[in-house]
Amino acid sequence: MTEPKQIHLAAHFPGVNNTTVWSDPEAGSHIEFSSFVKLAQTAERAKFDFFFLAEGLRLREQNGLIYDLDVVGRPDTFTVLSALAAVTERLGLAGTINSTFNEPLEVARQFASLDHLSAGRAAWNVVTSWDAFTGENFRRGGFLPQDQRYSRAETFLRTAWELFDSWRGDEVVADKASGRFLSDAHAGAFSHHDRHFTIDGRFPVPRGPQGRPVTIQAGDSDEGREFAAATADAIFSRYGTLETGQPFYRDVKGRLKKYGRTPDQLVIMPAATFALGDSDADAHEKAHEVRLQQVSEQTAIKFLEQLWNTDLSEHDPNGPLPDFDPVVGEDLISKGRASVRMYRDPLATAKEWRQLAEAKNLTAREVVIEVTGRQTFIGSPTTVATAINDLVQNDAADGFILVPHVTPGGLDEFADTVVPLLQDRGVFRTEYAGTTLRDHLGLSQP
Amino acid sequence: MAGGPLLAVALEGAGWHPAAWREPAARPAELLTAGYWTDLVQEAEAAKLDFVTFEDFLSLRTDARGPFEDRADVVQGRLDAVLIASRVAPLTSRIGLVPTAVVTHTEPFHLSKAIATLDYISGGRAGVRVQVSRHEEEYRNFGRREPADAAELFDEAADYVEVLRRLWDSWEDDAEIRDVATGRFVDREKLHYIDFEGRWFSVKGPSITPRPPQGQPPVAALAHNDRAYRLAGQAADLVYVTPRDRADVAKIRAAVDERLRVFADLVVFLDDKPGAAADRKARLDDVAGAEYSSDAHVFTGTPAELADLLLDWHAAGLTGFRLRPGALPDDLTAVTRGLVPELRGRGAFRHDYAAATLRGRLGLPRPANRYAA
Repeated sequence: MTEPKQIHLAAHFPGVNNTTVWSDPEAGSHIEFSSFVKLAQTAERAKFDFFFLAEGLRLREQNGLIYDLDVVGRPDTFTVLSALAAVTERLGLAGTINSTFNEPLEVARQFASLDHLSAGRAAWNVVTSWDAFTGENFRRGGFLPQDQRYSRAETFLRTAWELFDSWRGDEVVADKASGRFLSDAHAGAFSHHDRHFTIDGRFPVPRGPQGRPVTIQAGDSDEGREFAAATADAIFSRYGTLETGQPFYRDVKGRLKKYGRTPDQLVIMPAATFALGDSDADAHEKAHEVRLQQVSEQTAIKFLEQLWNTDLSEHDPNGPLPDFDPVVGEDLISKGRASVRMYRDPLATAKEWRQLAEAKNLTAREVVIEVTGRQTFIGSPTTVATAINDLVQNDAADGFILVPHVTPGGLDEFADTVVPLLQDRGVFRTEYAGTTLRDHLGLSQP
Repeated sequence: MAGGPLLAVALEGAGWHPAAWREPAARPAELLTAGYWTDLVQEAEAAKLDFVTFEDFLSLRTDARGPFEDRADVVQGRLDAVLIASRVAPLTSRIGLVPTAVVTHTEPFHLSKAIATLDYISGGRAGVRVQVSRHEEEYRNFGRREPADAAELFDEAADYVEVLRRLWDSWEDDAEIRDVATGRFVDREKLHYIDFEGRWFSVKGPSITPRPPQGQPPVAALAHNDRAYRLAGQAADLVYVTPRDRADVAKIRAAVDERLRVFADLVVFLDDKPGAAADRKARLDDVAGAEYSSDAHVFTGTPAELADLLLDWHAAGLTGFRLRPGALPDDLTAVTRGLVPELRGRGAFRHDYAAATLRGRLGLPRPANRYAA
C-alpha cells in the first residue's frame, strides 16, 4: 500500500476584500503588528507550511470614490515578513511582490535579505502587473501593455534568479587568520541584457539559506500555466473542488516534463475559506451568517455595479436584479480591483444570474451571496478534514491556502480541531521535519 | 539630567575599520544572520542609547568613498537595512531604529509604507536616513539612468522626502472608523490624494498604509557640505555632520538650519587603558595595509577622554553624536559599558528612557496632519 500524500497548508492574512468581516466583534486590527503575530503564531503552532500576504498598491475606488465598505489599508509586505521572522521559528514567510513597479535587483536583494534574516523561510509570489491606475503611484507609471505582462514578469523572475545564482554559496569563508573574507574576489558578478533589463554589476547579497526563495505563481491563463510550469515551486489556484481541481492539477503537472521537472517539484494550493461547527448543520448555519455579514445590502449593490458597470445606488438590494443589461466597455465604475475582470462577458454573466434568480426566487443581494465567495469547506471538523484529505488524495490539490474571515483569531478553531484530525490520519505533519520552507514543501534547493 | 548629548550608534558590518572583521571578538561569518544584529541592538538598548542606524548601499561595496575594487580581504555583502531594522524591532522595545534608504533608484511609495510599517512594528521607534546614489555600480545594477550631478540628486531627494511626508499624512489619524451602522470601514473624507507632481516622478496617493504612530517618523541625512546642508534643511529632521574639531562644530552649526537636530559623526576606537586604542587602530591599519581614514573625525582614546570631547562639542551646539564603532562588538561595548557609565557619572546621560517614541526622544512633537481640516 502506498503512503498517503502529505497535505500542505498555508495561512493567508486576509487583505482588502469582503471576505474579511471587520464588523465581527472578534475582529482586530489589520494594521497593528500584534494581529500579524497572532495569526502567524497560530499557523506555526498548527505546523503550517507558510504564512502569506497579498499585495495592493493603490486604494480601490468605485464611482470615483475610495471604496469604504471593506477593510482599507495594509502594511508593507517585506517589513511585516521580516519582523515575523523574529517571532516565529519555522513558518515559511511568503509575500506577493509585483514585477511592474520594482526593479529586479531591488526585489532580489530584499528577498535574499529576508531569506537570510529568516534562516531560509522566504517565498515570493510573483505577480505580473496592474493597470495605469495603480501605476499613478510610481515613477514609471502604468506603462506595461497587456501583451508584455508575462514577458516582463518572466524576464524579471529569470533576472532575479541570475542575481540569486551569482553567488554559489561557498564564497564567504571569513577566515580571520589568512585574511581571506571571500574565496572568490568576483563573487556576485552578473551581466544581464534583454529588452526589459540591461544591468550588470555585483549582486550585494551572498546566497541565502534556500539558494533561491521559494517561487509562487497564480497564473491561470494558458500563458500563466506555462510560465508556472516552467518556473514556479508552488501555484495558488482558484480550483477548490474535485470537478475543477483535477483537470487543473492534471494540466499543470502535465506541463512540467518538458521543462525537465517532476510532479513533486510543483505544489498546487487553491485558496480556501471555511466555516466550522459542532455539527454539519451548525456549520451551514454559521456559514450562512458569515455570508450575510460579508455581503451587506450596500456591498451587494457595489458588487452589482462592478458587473453592470454603472451606478446602481438607487437600486433596491432586496428587490430583483436590474432589468437592463450591463454597460459593456471600459471599466467605468470600479478601479484597482482584479476580480471584475473575471467576468469576461458581463452580458452572459448577467443573463446567468437572472436565470438563477428566477429559478430560486432570489433577491439581488441573495444572488450576490449565491454567486460569490461561498466557503470552500463547511461542516464539522471531521467533515472538513475528510473533504480536505479527499481533495488532496484524489489529486485535485496538494494542499490549501486558508483564508479566515476574521482577523486575527479566525484560524484558531481550524488549528485546534481540523489539524489534529489530519494528523491522526497521518496526512499532516505533527512536527516540522526541516527548518526551511523548501524543507516543508519537499522541494530541493536549486 | 537634561543637559547631556543624545547618543546613537552607527552599525555597519563588522565595524567601520576595514580590518575589523579580523579582530578576535568579531563574528564575520555571522554578518548576514539575524542573531548578529539582534545582539548588537540589544546591547545598545541595554545602555539606553537613543537610536541605532543601519548603513546600506544598492551595490556590493564596503567603502563609500573610494572606487569599487574586487577585494577578497574585506567584508563583502550586506542585507537590506530596512529589513534588518524590522527583524530586530520585535526583539527590542525602546531603542530607535533608523535604517538607510537609497532614494535615487527606489520608489518613494514603497519606502513610505515600509517606514510607516516599521513604525507600527516598533511602536513609534522608526526613522529613516535618505541617501543619494553617487556610485556608478549602483546605477549599473539598475540600468535605468545615468549618474546625475550632485545638485540634481539632492533636489530629487528633497522631492522624494516630500512624497514620503505627504504619504504619511495621506491618512488622517482617525480615518479608520469601523462604523457598523453605515457599513463603512473608513471615512473616505479623511483619506487624501497627495497629487505630487515633480521633475522626477509624480505620485497620486493616498498611501496604502495608515498614518504611522509617530505621524512623521524622523528623516535624517548625512551632510558634508553646503548643498547637503540645504537638503537637510529642506527635507530632514536631523542631520549627521562630520566636524573635525570644536571650531568646525561651531562653523557647521551656523551653516545648518537651526530647526535641525544635529548629530556629529565620529569613528571611535576605545580602550580603558590610555594609548591602547591608538595602538589597536595602528594594529588594524597594519592588517589592512593602509592607514584608516574617514569622512568623519577618527577618535582613539579612553571612554573618559571621549566623554570629555563629547561634552565639549555638545556645548558648542550639537544635539548629540552618532558614534561609528571602529570594530564590532568591541567598540560598541566600550560605548555601552564604558562611555555611558562615564557620562552618567558626570550627570550627562540618562539612566532610563524618558520618551517612548524616537520623535519624543529627539524633542520633536508629534506633528499635526497637513491634510486635516
